[in-house]
Amino acid sequence: MRRILAGSVVGLAVMQMPAIAGEWSGYVSGQFRGFFEDPVDPRQHNTYLSAAAEPRFFQSWQGGDHNLEARLFYRVDQYDDNRTHGDIRELSWTGVFDTLELTAGISKVFWGVTETQHLVDIINQTDLVENVDGEDKLGQPMIKLSSAQDWGIIDFFVLPYFRERTFPGVEGRPRPEVVVDTDSDAIYDFKAGQDHTDLALRYSHYIGEWEFGLSYFSGIDRLPSDFFPIAFDANGQPTAVVPVYSLINQAGIDGQVFFGDWTWKLEAINKEYRSGTRKGSHTLQSVAGFEYTWVGFTGGVSDLGFVVEYHYSDANKRETIFDNDLATAVRYVMNDAQSTEILMGFLTDADTRTAAGFIEASRRFGQHWLLEAELRTYNGTEEGRPLYSFRFDNFVQIDLAYYF
Amino acid sequence: MNISMLRSSLAVIALSLLPFSLLAQTAEEKGLAIAVEADKRDEGFGDSTANMTMELRNKQGDTSIRYIRIKTLEIIGDGDKSMSIFDEPADVKGTAFLTFSHAVKPDEQWLYLPALKRVKRINSKNKSGPFMGSEFAYEDIASQEVEKYTYKYLRDETLDGIDCYVIERYPAYEHSGYTRQVAWINKAEYRPEKIVFYDRKNTLLKTLTYDGYQQYLDKYWRADQMNMENHQTGKSTTLTWRDYQFKTGLNDRDFNKNSLKRAR
Repeated sequence: MRRILAGSVVGLAVMQMPAIAGEWSGYVSGQFRGFFEDPVDPRQHNTYLSAAAEPRFFQSWQGGDHNLEARLFYRVDQYDDNRTHGDIRELSWTGVFDTLELTAGISKVFWGVTETQHLVDIINQTDLVENVDGEDKLGQPMIKLSSAQDWGIIDFFVLPYFRERTFPGVEGRPRPEVVVDTDSDAIYDFKAGQDHTDLALRYSHYIGEWEFGLSYFSGIDRLPSDFFPIAFDANGQPTAVVPVYSLINQAGIDGQVFFGDWTWKLEAINKEYRSGTRKGSHTLQSVAGFEYTWVGFTGGVSDLGFVVEYHYSDANKRETIFDNDLATAVRYVMNDAQSTEILMGFLTDADTRTAAGFIEASRRFGQHWLLEAELRTYNGTEEGRPLYSFRFDNFVQIDLAYYF
Repeated sequence: MNISMLRSSLAVIALSLLPFSLLAQTAEEKGLAIAVEADKRDEGFGDSTANMTMELRNKQGDTSIRYIRIKTLEIIGDGDKSMSIFDEPADVKGTAFLTFSHAVKPDEQWLYLPALKRVKRINSKNKSGPFMGSEFAYEDIASQEVEKYTYKYLRDETLDGIDCYVIERYPAYEHSGYTRQVAWINKAEYRPEKIVFYDRKNTLLKTLTYDGYQQYLDKYWRADQMNMENHQTGKSTTLTWRDYQFKTGLNDRDFNKNSLKRAR
């Protein structure tokens, strides 16, 4: 299906190709990941080198009413076979017809407003091998029809093929002690499996200082509903599992409003399982909080921002670590020519006192180089707690990218 | 043109019909009248597109370049709608701002982040922060509406051989980084030649000079170059404008969240 879509997109593009050269851009990057302690599993390593590239192509016709966009991503990792992977992040054609906009091909969309968890954002699968923060997404085959009216924007999606989540391989790190085997077939607890056609609808608008969205999704949950053991050690403990994917209906709301320098945000979803062992059950999840920005806090030009978000879920613990958690972060933006920024914060589970910490910093050098550094820590990882697998996995990551 | 602008223009007309009352015109009234006339002379441009190069220089003379494309739609009776699209630096290529500006109430502003494909509403109340690390604050590059300031005429002065009105203006909106600005307005063409900015402590902060004015459609003056010098940090930023086009046929549909996502 994906090939057919891609083929028709290229076909369309070729059909209307006048002799205008498109525009190439993108980046190549090198990455170092270093861990402070020896791994839980001796098959893992203490340092990892990796390189990635993402060439991008863009071409537009008729004053921007017809666009072709491509983003091809590939990463090579020194040890992790799963992290050595490629993805068509984008290969889509978009046409504008008055107030209507039609997109066909592989694409990405983002829904939502919060910073520390993206609950309503369900169209694209997470490319989890890229980073533990889950911000990287896989390209999703889609036909999207969008209409921008005075009363808001309506988006309708047909999603004809499911992308499975990526997970770190045996030699990958950090990862749970039990390896998620993505080379073996995943389990779909319903008939259509990976070829199931998902549907989604979204309405979004703003009124003055209020910004809001309503969304509905019917299809395969991007998050596995369970993991099924396929390999065991001598004591009968599972050593490898495969993900189980289920059908869901998910209704979501998201909104934000400004009060002075404060931005208040909310996202909530109600998920109903339509297949498998959970069939008929519901879960409610929400994330709510604020962002406050102190503009020019040193009396100069830099900004200091505070993000506080509370995560709630009525689902059981295995499904999400965001069940009763508080995320707090501070963002320092220098507003200098090099766009220097530092973001640091904690996600703390109120019940178990388990905490995940992070520092992310970035700075541009010259016109083309971008340096990014990350530190991730796991605290309160004693046996029996949710992040026990990650007890030795504090790490630093440095990325140097050349953009062209 | 909204009601208060209409009222002030009516006031100007009324004053011109009554030459004797001109004697009684206060410095505030004269300052406002100059601002209203300047605004009137730029009315009716419809829409415009332009390419802008932004050169940032620090005290040591190191430079950093940004390329930005700007589309503007004139909204009669309110602030303009605009879209700014970044071409360079390469890591922010495709990043775009959509702004619906207003006279006194806060602008509506959205930021598009192409890597995440995320449109983010920006809290634009506080416009005193720098635009992309430059010496221009958001409030400096925002659409200039008459009601954004109160005015006071100071004196007539010749600036580099150009006869100018010197007026002082005081931000009427909240969270400005300035107590006042002193503007040299060309008497013949009612366009700014120089603006001096004073910070919240009323200390000299920045000087903006306009160079290479060109007239478009026999009416609208646009400077080819705008240079902002920060006296407190020694940094400066030069904006160089190219390829100005007017009445290109842009409309409201080119300024919404969907068109922001398509902007390249």
